[in-house]
Amino acid sequence: MRIPVSWLIQQLELTEDHRDIGATEIAAAFIRVGIEVEEVLPLGPVTGPVVVGRVAQIEELTGFKKPIRYCTVEIGEPEEDGEQPLTTQVVCGATNFVEGDVVVVALPGAVLPGDFTIAERKTYGRVSRGMICAADELGLGDDHSGILVLPVDDDVAPGDDAIELLGLTDTVIELAPTPDRGYCLSMRGLARELACALDLGFIDPAAIEVPAAENRAIAVDLVAEGACSRFAVRRVTGVDPTAPTPWHIRRTLMLAGIRSISLAVDVTNFVMLELGQPMHAFDTSRVRGGLTVRRAVAGEKLVTLDDVERTLDPDDIVISDESGPISLAGVMGGASTEVRADSTDILLEAAVWDPPSIARAVRRHKLPSEASRRYERVVDPALPPVALERAARLLRQYGEGSIQPGRTDEGSPHAPAPVVMAMDLPDRVAGARYARGVTAARLQQIGCRVEVGAAEDGTPEVTAFPPSWRADLTQPADLVEEVLRLQGYETIPSVLPTAPAGHGLTPTQRRRRHVSRTLAEQGYVEVLPFPFVSPQVWDAFGLDADDVRRRTVRVRNPLESDRDQLATTLLPGLLDTLARNVSRGAKDVALFHIGQVVLPHAEARPMPDVAVTGRPDDEQFAALAAALPAQPTHVAVVLAGNHQRAGWWGGGEAASWADAVRAAQVVAEAAGVELTVSADVLAPWHPGRCARLSVGGFPVGHAGELHPKVVEALGLPKRTCAMELDLDLLPVRQRKVVPVVSPYPPVLLDVALVVDDEVPAAELTDTLRGGGGDLLEELNLFDVFSGTQVGEGKRSLAYSLRFRATDRTLTVEEATAARDAAVAAATERHGATLRG
Amino acid sequence: MSGANDPYDPKEVAALTPDVLQAAVEKAREEFGSAADLDALAAVKPAHLGDRSPLLQARREIGALPPQARSEAGKRVNEAQALVKAAYEDRLARLKVERDERVLREEGVDVTLPWDRRPRGARHPITTLSERIGDVFIGMGYEIAEGPELEGEWFNFDALNFKKDHPARTMQDTFYAGEEGSGLVLRTHTSPVQVRALVGRELPVYVVCPGRTFRTDELDATHTPVFNQVEGLAVDKGLTMAHLKGTLDAFAKAIFGDEAHVRLRPSFFPFTEPSAELDVWFTAKKGGPGWVEWGGCGMVNPNVLRACGVDPDVYSGFAFGMGIERTLQFRDGIPDMRDMVEGDVRFTLPFGTEA
Repeated sequence: MRIPVSWLIQQLELTEDHRDIGATEIAAAFIRVGIEVEEVLPLGPVTGPVVVGRVAQIEELTGFKKPIRYCTVEIGEPEEDGEQPLTTQVVCGATNFVEGDVVVVALPGAVLPGDFTIAERKTYGRVSRGMICAADELGLGDDHSGILVLPVDDDVAPGDDAIELLGLTDTVIELAPTPDRGYCLSMRGLARELACALDLGFIDPAAIEVPAAENRAIAVDLVAEGACSRFAVRRVTGVDPTAPTPWHIRRTLMLAGIRSISLAVDVTNFVMLELGQPMHAFDTSRVRGGLTVRRAVAGEKLVTLDDVERTLDPDDIVISDESGPISLAGVMGGASTEVRADSTDILLEAAVWDPPSIARAVRRHKLPSEASRRYERVVDPALPPVALERAARLLRQYGEGSIQPGRTDEGSPHAPAPVVMAMDLPDRVAGARYARGVTAARLQQIGCRVEVGAAEDGTPEVTAFPPSWRADLTQPADLVEEVLRLQGYETIPSVLPTAPAGHGLTPTQRRRRHVSRTLAEQGYVEVLPFPFVSPQVWDAFGLDADDVRRRTVRVRNPLESDRDQLATTLLPGLLDTLARNVSRGAKDVALFHIGQVVLPHAEARPMPDVAVTGRPDDEQFAALAAALPAQPTHVAVVLAGNHQRAGWWGGGEAASWADAVRAAQVVAEAAGVELTVSADVLAPWHPGRCARLSVGGFPVGHAGELHPKVVEALGLPKRTCAMELDLDLLPVRQRKVVPVVSPYPPVLLDVALVVDDEVPAAELTDTLRGGGGDLLEELNLFDVFSGTQVGEGKRSLAYSLRFRATDRTLTVEEATAARDAAVAAATERHGATLRG
Repeated sequence: MSGANDPYDPKEVAALTPDVLQAAVEKAREEFGSAADLDALAAVKPAHLGDRSPLLQARREIGALPPQARSEAGKRVNEAQALVKAAYEDRLARLKVERDERVLREEGVDVTLPWDRRPRGARHPITTLSERIGDVFIGMGYEIAEGPELEGEWFNFDALNFKKDHPARTMQDTFYAGEEGSGLVLRTHTSPVQVRALVGRELPVYVVCPGRTFRTDELDATHTPVFNQVEGLAVDKGLTMAHLKGTLDAFAKAIFGDEAHVRLRPSFFPFTEPSAELDVWFTAKKGGPGWVEWGGCGMVNPNVLRACGVDPDVYSGFAFGMGIERTLQFRDGIPDMRDMVEGDVRFTLPFGTEA
């Protein structure tokens, strides 16, 4: 909320110390008590001759692309009777004024905001000696719809200093009160906060005498249960529809960013800014019969003030007359009863609506407004009759209206319930020691009535009766905050508590860090792509229609409408990032990502409705957990280009399926588990270059080269490779197998085996390892060869084997026997033959 | 050499005369000395130390001397031989040193040539900073708690004292997921993890919760719809706002250096009461040391404790939270938040593998 400092200060009982208080001190005071200051905007600076002028004569210049006026403006009374008044001639491009209007003229030598110096100049074939100003040119708001035309006022004469008249030396503070402090969306609430912050007396602008109502203003039927706690109307007749809005009201609205419309509407907006009570003005002559406050009927329609026809929801609250809804309560009035240029009979409405209902209506109709912003929070339920009285008096004062004696005031707002608190609770929460009496004094300062007593055990306690505008004070903690913030958070000491000894990272957390570091050391760069994907990516991936990865959770309000699915795999995000890097000129790219994916259940499970009054029981807690999709942590890599760079040493080595598989093994090794690799066919991988990764016979992921069609569809570098596995599926290693380190010498033997092409190397290796028994310490596949020498459809795999015993020096005979056993196992299982 | 008073007439043997022996030594010295390398030295060695060398031949002549003269002649020959041998060894050692030096010189390379055939990768600074923050709190006795990114509204809002349809709830700019009524949201903060920790752990609870969070902000230089937070929660008997301040001061010093400390400003969060905005005194601030907005904090609202089954009359607690992107942005002076989310390797690589 934007508010001029001068307006706030009016409500303070300033002491000598604060007589010259500046905007900076005021801003600091607001911050100290928790009202966020968005901006401090000094008006102007405007210097030099800026005066009130009266337009004496307008000459329309023709022959230009836009209308141009050459105006003669009176800028001073004649010094002696009979003399001509002082005038100046000004070229002006605006047309929203007539002869006789009072305007603001910046004369040569004046400097306007933005260091804009006014000088005499020749333009459009005339000499212009000054400028007729628009409001924004003077630094008053941002209205540039035309020049500023001031209301005619007997106290204002041409030549008067406009800087003082318009209050151009003021400062506007933009404040953003937190949503719990609805009362702060008004001058009344903010000035009260300022008074508290500066420990000054406060003059309540709502403390005006409200005469008792003699009868009702209009019949009102309040039927919407829980929708409206108070509804009050008052009628002012005979309002002059041409009466201009007085300058101080216009200025306040202008600085708050509210457009001036008509006296009646401006007055309701002004009272809203002043007291915090949103109001609506109906044209009484257009209201048919009595009013009913009710929920809308499904399908009912209402044309709102902005001339949009809105279909109402049964949750909307409306004010209706015999013709149907005439206002969307708390949000926007209707067009049929709006105050128009000829309206003289004004029905003022001030009400207190159910905040959640208003919040829902605003969201439904996408109609945030100054009124709804206040109603969504909380409006002081004591205000409606006061606001009506204030607005009616302003209409009488400036529009010559006649306040009708009747006032309708329906509903029965509750006063906030008293809150009982141990007297020393603020001290105990703060960890500080406050002076005696501080608690009661601070609570009184914010408007509470306070009773001091003793609890049953004799300890002092305080009972606070919150004022009508503080419905947010419902528990002792709320009172504590008031005491602490007004005492100042800076008075709270800094004490480091001693936590009990913790257990450090969990094994899973340690493992994730280790995996991450290992991949980085291996050349992969970590990226953190967003989880939002387009359903088209699954087509690009070549996933079958029933592929489980297509089963996603949708985001209902995505930022990019085509990316509304939560990823079930990390690959789309990684491949996007890879493509971005390549498009920016990178050639050799290797990326990794460790993150959660969202895997919904086949059937969505209902979310239970659980109260917040106490801990949910175990069954409810289990139901809450079960309603959430599974969200395991995955690790994935993608790589393209060279995995080993080319350089002065020679050629590079292209990233291949093998690097992707190796990445999986590196992850498994970092996690301390053994990974089994087997061939598989799974999109988006190349069907001949896709490895299934398993642990203990259970598949945990895949690795390999991407399918060429996927590479093409996603615009990726040729032969892009990828790996993804579910980290959560890797068992957490409990204890390491401690190796037996033998001091005896080994026996080294080589063996070359010829097998069918289809026999996977991993299986042959496993068989050899098993067949070799305990004596086989290590085996290493050092050559893979296929060619005519080994026969069609066959290949030769050569291993070096190292045998060693733990308790003796192994003989060559023993080692040879073990090797023969390994070969025999390979022959039996895979039909392997020894290559001669 | 015969003495002047020798009682017998010595028989002269030419090969054993001192002059001849001296000449042989000189010759050997000269030839060893002029051997340019080890091969040349090896080639001349037999001529002076071999079977046919003058000194060995001279030694064979000793027998021809009268017995009284033999000892002296033998001594002479031995001395000469020792001299020749020493000359050889000297030269050999010298040539070996020269050879070794030459080999090392010849094996020299340009060590400035690059050898980044397989450069290391890097971890994202968001990850390493999260871990660093986690470690600071582990050091204070805290544990790290985690939770799902797609959350139930009960955890993200209800249990945290966000009333339905209250502006505090709508101000969170939430991504809603699943079908209407599914009760699923992308968590708007890591606070639901605090709820999980309170419901699921034994008291007292001291946890930090780093993690990814989501709000419907368009990506620009200072906003990102997907970002990371770290939140801390301590619930114990007798915890006060002074303890909150002390913890935050210690945290600030660990991350920003000894001069850092925090300032609290009153604010509002549904899950804390009293609540505060949190500023940190940042000495490396652009334009000079100053306060930088860092996060939010407060004393856990009794309503939250109750929803988690904790008796607010016995226990109290504090909570705090801050954005990791924002922390990184001002700590390292990163001008554009997009650099942190786009995954350009040129941004991440210089950060290496540790914070």
